Amino acid sequence: MKGALGRFFLRRLALSLLTLWLLSIVVFLGCQVLPGDPARAILGPLADPRAVAALNQQLGSNRPPVEIYLSWIGGLLTGDMGQSYAYRAPVAPFIGHALVNSLKLAAMVFAIVVPIGIGAGVLAALRAGRPLDRMISVAGLSLTVIPEFVSSIALILVFAVLLRWLPLSASWPAGSGPLVQIQHLILPALPLVIVLFGYIARMTRAGMVEALSADYTRTAVLKGLPWPTVLGRHVLRNALLPTITVIAAQMGYALGGLVVVETLFRYQGIGSLVLGAARAKDFAMLQAGILTVGAFFIATTLVADLLTTLLDPRLRTGGRR
Amino acid sequence: MSEGMPLADPAVPMAAAPAGREEKGRGVAGLLLRSPAFLLGAAILLFWTACALFAPSFVPYDPFADDLLNTLQPPSAEHWFGTDQLGRDVFSRVLVGARDILTIAPLATIVGTVAGTAIGLITGYFGGWVDAVIGRLLEVMLSLPLIIVALLVLVALGPSTPTVVVVVGLVFAPLVARTVRAAVLTERHLDYVAAAAVRGEGAPYIMIAEILPNILPPIIVEGTVRLGYAIFTIASLSFLGFGVQPPSPDWGLSIAENYGVLVGGFWWTVVFDTAATASLIVGVNLVAESLQRALAE
Amino acid sequence: MKHAEIAPPVLELRDVSVSYRVRGRAVPVLNGVSLSLGKGEVYGLVGESGSGKSTVALAVQRVLPPNGHVSGGQALVNGRDVAALDRAALRRMRARDVAMVFQDPGRALNPSLTIGRQVAEVFEILGSPHGEALRRAESMLERVRISAPARVMERYPHQLSGGMQQRVVIAMALAKDPSLLILDEPTTGLDATIEAEILDLVDTLRREFGASILFISHNLGAIAGLCDRVGVLYAGRLVEEGPVRSLFRAPRHPYTAGLLRCLPRPGLRKDLSPLDTIPGFPPAPGSIVAGCVFAPRCGLADDLCRRVDPPLVPTGEGRLSRCHYADRVDRLPHAGGRPAALRNASGEVDAPPVLELDGLSKTYGVAPYAVHALRDVSLRLMPGETLGLVGESGSGKSTLAHALLGLVAPDAGSRMALDGAALAAEVRRRSPEQIKTLQIVFQNPDSALNRSHTVRRLIGRAVTRLGGLAGALREAQVTRLLEAVRLTARQLGARPRQLSGGMKQRVAVARAFAGNPRLVVCDEPTSALDVSVQAAILNLLADLQAERRVAYLLISHDLGVVRYLSDWIAVLYLGRLLEVGPAANVLDGPHHPYTEALLSAAPSVAGERSGRIRLTGAIPSGVNPPAGCLFHTRCPRRIGPICDTEEPPLVADAQGHAIRCHLPREKLGRAPALAPA
Repeated sequence: MKGALGRFFLRRLALSLLTLWLLSIVVFLGCQVLPGDPARAILGPLADPRAVAALNQQLGSNRPPVEIYLSWIGGLLTGDMGQSYAYRAPVAPFIGHALVNSLKLAAMVFAIVVPIGIGAGVLAALRAGRPLDRMISVAGLSLTVIPEFVSSIALILVFAVLLRWLPLSASWPAGSGPLVQIQHLILPALPLVIVLFGYIARMTRAGMVEALSADYTRTAVLKGLPWPTVLGRHVLRNALLPTITVIAAQMGYALGGLVVVETLFRYQGIGSLVLGAARAKDFAMLQAGILTVGAFFIATTLVADLLTTLLDPRLRTGGRR
Repeated sequence: MSEGMPLADPAVPMAAAPAGREEKGRGVAGLLLRSPAFLLGAAILLFWTACALFAPSFVPYDPFADDLLNTLQPPSAEHWFGTDQLGRDVFSRVLVGARDILTIAPLATIVGTVAGTAIGLITGYFGGWVDAVIGRLLEVMLSLPLIIVALLVLVALGPSTPTVVVVVGLVFAPLVARTVRAAVLTERHLDYVAAAAVRGEGAPYIMIAEILPNILPPIIVEGTVRLGYAIFTIASLSFLGFGVQPPSPDWGLSIAENYGVLVGGFWWTVVFDTAATASLIVGVNLVAESLQRALAE
Repeated sequence: MKHAEIAPPVLELRDVSVSYRVRGRAVPVLNGVSLSLGKGEVYGLVGESGSGKSTVALAVQRVLPPNGHVSGGQALVNGRDVAALDRAALRRMRARDVAMVFQDPGRALNPSLTIGRQVAEVFEILGSPHGEALRRAESMLERVRISAPARVMERYPHQLSGGMQQRVVIAMALAKDPSLLILDEPTTGLDATIEAEILDLVDTLRREFGASILFISHNLGAIAGLCDRVGVLYAGRLVEEGPVRSLFRAPRHPYTAGLLRCLPRPGLRKDLSPLDTIPGFPPAPGSIVAGCVFAPRCGLADDLCRRVDPPLVPTGEGRLSRCHYADRVDRLPHAGGRPAALRNASGEVDAPPVLELDGLSKTYGVAPYAVHALRDVSLRLMPGETLGLVGESGSGKSTLAHALLGLVAPDAGSRMALDGAALAAEVRRRSPEQIKTLQIVFQNPDSALNRSHTVRRLIGRAVTRLGGLAGALREAQVTRLLEAVRLTARQLGARPRQLSGGMKQRVAVARAFAGNPRLVVCDEPTSALDVSVQAAILNLLADLQAERRVAYLLISHDLGVVRYLSDWIAVLYLGRLLEVGPAANVLDGPHHPYTEALLSAAPSVAGERSGRIRLTGAIPSGVNPPAGCLFHTRCPRRIGPICDTEEPPLVADAQGHAIRCHLPREKLGRAPALAPA
């Protein structure tokens, strides 16, 4: 049994690496091959052909694509992410700094949304069909589809402009303690919380409703167990397991939402870095940033999968019978 | 009927009388027309569609006309929603601003739904290595946030309306494909598929004539849900500068142009665009949700 | 009923009515049901799907679905009205007095808790500390004859076989030593030999524990073997009640009589007589029937029946019947297929076989995990005859059908021939003629008929593909097929969900016959249907065979069905042919020990439970099959080490009756001489 589990982990890891490798090709194609002539894309249609040729020479983009790809991957493996055209500096430190910032923001988002979302979902399922359930469902549903820039504006208007409760900018003064940092992060986190809340609540509710109507729950009720025990031992355990995967998948979504939120709140995270690189046509920075986002998502999914497998005896002990 | 009674005697209602159950199509329409959520959503959608089609001919001001003497005017009798940084009438711009998003989003949705359905049918039906290879590629696509994939391609190709349509459509295709594939997999091992194979039907016939009609409801639902997300994504792209291009009065674009002055208290330059975007998306979502509920009954 | 005078009945229903709210309409499911269960009594509640029998169980325990409610009457457990109990008292009743076992034990157990935890829970509620609860749980598992309880305690539900899971559920139910045990279809979905084991277990345990049992089932045989008294439900009403022996011997309600006649009993065969059926359909739930609910389908019904709803009246010796003419039920006219004389005996003596299978094998997966679904199976089938293929889960019978139909490719070296011509592994490489010749009727018409197509399209497409007809010719052929399966043109525009289960299966049969096939695979053609519908479909298949000289490969776990239709019977176990021969020889013996066990596992309505051969242990997995004779791990007649090491050959006698066993024929079991039914 142990061997089978180990094999599953290895297999899953290998698949993740394969996905990552394919992703690097996709990103590379998008950043190096799709634009055709990177220097022309940077300098614009009116630029002098000689300047274009010189820039291509400087960027190394006049080499065959395979060669460019290999040298890029080779660099990545040794920690060299290439040179930023816009900053005329190595890319790696920018990415590292931005990633740390984004993770802080993402952590804030999940620290708020996971308990609220799961709590609301559980509550809605327990009151299925009643007014509270309707309220949570309708609220979740409507909030999920509001783009971050729309909710951001409403939030800024209310909390930063009218009430002045929270700082408008996500960036805190240098040397601020964790409390100040958290204070600065609340407002930017809220738009993402709003989007994710409905989704997590809905998935939790669905899992709960299924577990509540399952035969094994009826068995537990008919054993004469007190309702809290039925809920805690039999329902929640089975209902919340799938939610782990859902939350992990939303992590990837959250990283996408960061592009908008970080831009709006002028926060130096991976999202605003990617957007800035895209605007400046800084392809080295862009491909490194995007690959980082993808790698991060692949890693979260992997961890979620492994966690689910470890927690679910049906998966853990493998196979049937 | 059995869906109403999860614990009930398994076959309580296996009514034998053909007249016992009305045709499903009429049932769905009836349920929708009795659902307040659907009616509200449809009304919002109709309103904005009408604006997109006819607003240019009845709005009070030219939405593109600058009036540099009257910039950033607060809402008044003349300018119901005030004016923006260039003195343009916000009310006119908001109504006309429905145009681009309501052209691009449905087109992108159609592209995504059609492509996704085709991919989902093929991977779900054939399974095996076809599924493994295409599935892996789709997973690669899905490992990036949609907005970043769209950004990547739009940077490389330059933003233009057809590009946005195709890019957003293709970004959605894997999501649709995943839903369709799951639906195909449940149909795939039903015996009617085996029965078709046993009478020598080919794969295209089985996929299109046998399986597709049975998975249309989830595809329709997925399509309407996707429409909501297409609006979401395109509005966000426009906001970031990679979607609809100036001087369009598009909502996302207008917000991007004006949110800088929000701190200065000129709230009307963005609030109405914000509300418009939110209302359109919520409207689409209400329709999608009621449709899903009605089809599940 | 010894203590009935002193103590109140363990369970008493007084005029209980239950209705479900469906789309704002109240649909009655139970209508004034009264019954009572004395201490230690076993009461069988029998009915077809939709009769409301499971609702009885849910109502007693107050676990009706949210849209259901008791609209009238009272349910009393040990004299206390269940509806009047407060929350705590209800919980106490569930914890101590009433236990329940449902169909599908796999879903009744919590997938993420160990067995030990789930069984111990019952003792913890009753106040045992954790350690003691675990010890008592283990001894409880031992009492339901689980051989290694300590190991099972640590397992999760998915690691146990279905039979094992049901034992655990029964252990959980009996752990509290309840005064009432409700069993709702406890063996449905289990294999025949496993079902027999579970029924035996219940029979033993009822004596050990002394609980009263309410046994709910559609299976008349299971009820006959286990119960003291029986009640028959039809469309939410109790139509007849009485002691089980006398009720089954001499029913006093036409519905009961009809049900019993529908069963394919020993001695009935397709070429001797058609099976009786119950014409028509049960009323749609919620529809208002004036007079007797059964009148529209009753052969005795007259004006009175259609006007006046008969009361439940005593008919002597503890019997009750809801019929105006309870005394005339033995004169109920027969209803069913055409007279036997029209069915000619089957089999062309000298014709070449329509199907030959030679060394058919199928292996799934690769070396260490390979599953041998079929091992070297050779069979032949003559035109116009039926070969019944019998086996439990994992026997490979479905794989055989799928290989034959070209849906899975058999291993290299397998040979299949249809009318003497080799049959390619894939459908695509078969000739149109072969595709036409070989068709199938699936088990479940809901799955086999495309739900978005109309009957016209379902049959029409088959006529086009297999019959090569178009336009008016196609229409005419569709109509002819509809008539052949006793449907009418009225059904042409209907979609499957608008038809009853039996009608759907008729459409499936019509579709299979669209190209005048010579061989039709019938894969459990009636197991998704109620008994009364089953009889009609079996009659139809028999008639079509007689008219069209089509051969059937009949796959079934139901020996009654196999016995009725088959000319030859083959018995599969773990992919291996254990016995094959002319139907009569296989049924009368000498039998392979496995066949013998299968035959005695099938419960009969006559209710005799003596002389049963019982198998113990689960069906081995195909991944790791036993060495030597595949059956030796469960064989009650194992003779010695030779069975464990050496696989016996398949040896045939002069009549073509072949058995794979080391025991000499004269030592093998035979069927007891049949008493005339």
